[in-house]
Amino acid sequence: MKLNERSLAFYATCDSPADNAGFLYKRGERHTAYHRRWFVLKGNMLFYFEERESREPVGVIVLEGCTVELCDSAEEFAFAIRFGGAKSRTYMLAAESQAAMESWVKSLSRASFDYMRLVVRELEKQLEEMRWGPAGGCGGCRGSPSSWKLKPSGLERSPERPPALPAVLPKENGCAVWNNVPGADQPPDTSGCGGHDSEGNPRPPPLPPRRRASSSEAGSAGVAAAESPSTFNRLHEQYGREVARLRQDWLERQRGPRP
Amino acid sequence: MRYNERELLSLSRQPAEKAAEILMRVPKKGSVLKKRLVKLVVNFLFYFRTDEAEPIGALLLEHCRITKEEENVFSISFVEEPERKYCFECDSKEQCQEWIEALKRASYEFMRRSLIFYRNEIQKMTGKDPLEQYGISEEARFQLGTHKQ
Repeated sequence: MKLNERSLAFYATCDSPADNAGFLYKRGERHTAYHRRWFVLKGNMLFYFEERESREPVGVIVLEGCTVELCDSAEEFAFAIRFGGAKSRTYMLAAESQAAMESWVKSLSRASFDYMRLVVRELEKQLEEMRWGPAGGCGGCRGSPSSWKLKPSGLERSPERPPALPAVLPKENGCAVWNNVPGADQPPDTSGCGGHDSEGNPRPPPLPPRRRASSSEAGSAGVAAAESPSTFNRLHEQYGREVARLRQDWLERQRGPRP
Repeated sequence: MRYNERELLSLSRQPAEKAAEILMRVPKKGSVLKKRLVKLVVNFLFYFRTDEAEPIGALLLEHCRITKEEENVFSISFVEEPERKYCFECDSKEQCQEWIEALKRASYEFMRRSLIFYRNEIQKMTGKDPLEQYGISEEARFQLGTHKQ
């Protein structure tokens, strides 16, 4: 299988910060001798170089789907990267200290794309629930969701797709929730709306209309209406439920306490 | 460069984020558009001859640029060699746009930036770091300002 090796080598050596880097001993495939190599972890790719100054990696281990385990080995501070397949190779590695071993085991076991995706979805969901309220509930309930169990790195694959950000970003309504001060971190944006390049200058996700009764809602309803029909329907439904609930409360108060 | 081919092969057989038969041209002299099964799995784009089980090749989608070329055509190039383009001709402009969107989001680096953004927003709204409950606040990969965009 061909791989874009030149780009891989560039990724490995360019100045984008690594998630971990350091010397590790790696056991050879056929021989049991350990060789000291310079390892660099970027994303889900573990590169290894002959020397720290080498201009190109000797090799790379694609970490997707692996598990990382401590080892019972004659070698001190040893750990292994294992894959699930029948004939899969197990990479035996050893660090130079207890601290280094722990640091590598931690960073390697969370290195998969799947894991990153899971965490992103959880945060996305949290943020959505803060804006819209919990699904099916009233807008006033803003308690933080009860315990979020994050699965360990042996994840099961979730077939669902992440919630897509709307392709067209509505204009800000003046009640800015997002901090648009220059220099503030902004999310990556993939919308095709003109003038945006893929490497920089991202725009924030769409502005949610303010839902608090206390703040002025003038204009926010107008913005909501300008968004896609599904967003409008959702808002309409939620406002409707809130109104119905308030009405219910009011009626009960009118009737007075029941025996 | 050595790599764990077996695991990459296994990855190519996993459920794809996106897959389609698309005409593809590699940046080699004299190469022409050929029909390929193109499959996006995590941050790899695999491409197969239509009846084969094993991919011809894989592109790691980090530090790459996805560009809309002419009608229904997009290209993938890498920052260190921007003229070397992998070209893809889709059946429709909708399909083309969908692939562009999907590929732009497909990198680990994109997800990292999204995560940092969401983390920051939640922290601003609640005053709490949402990663604390998972015990991963201190991980290098989740730090604001540590990673270049």
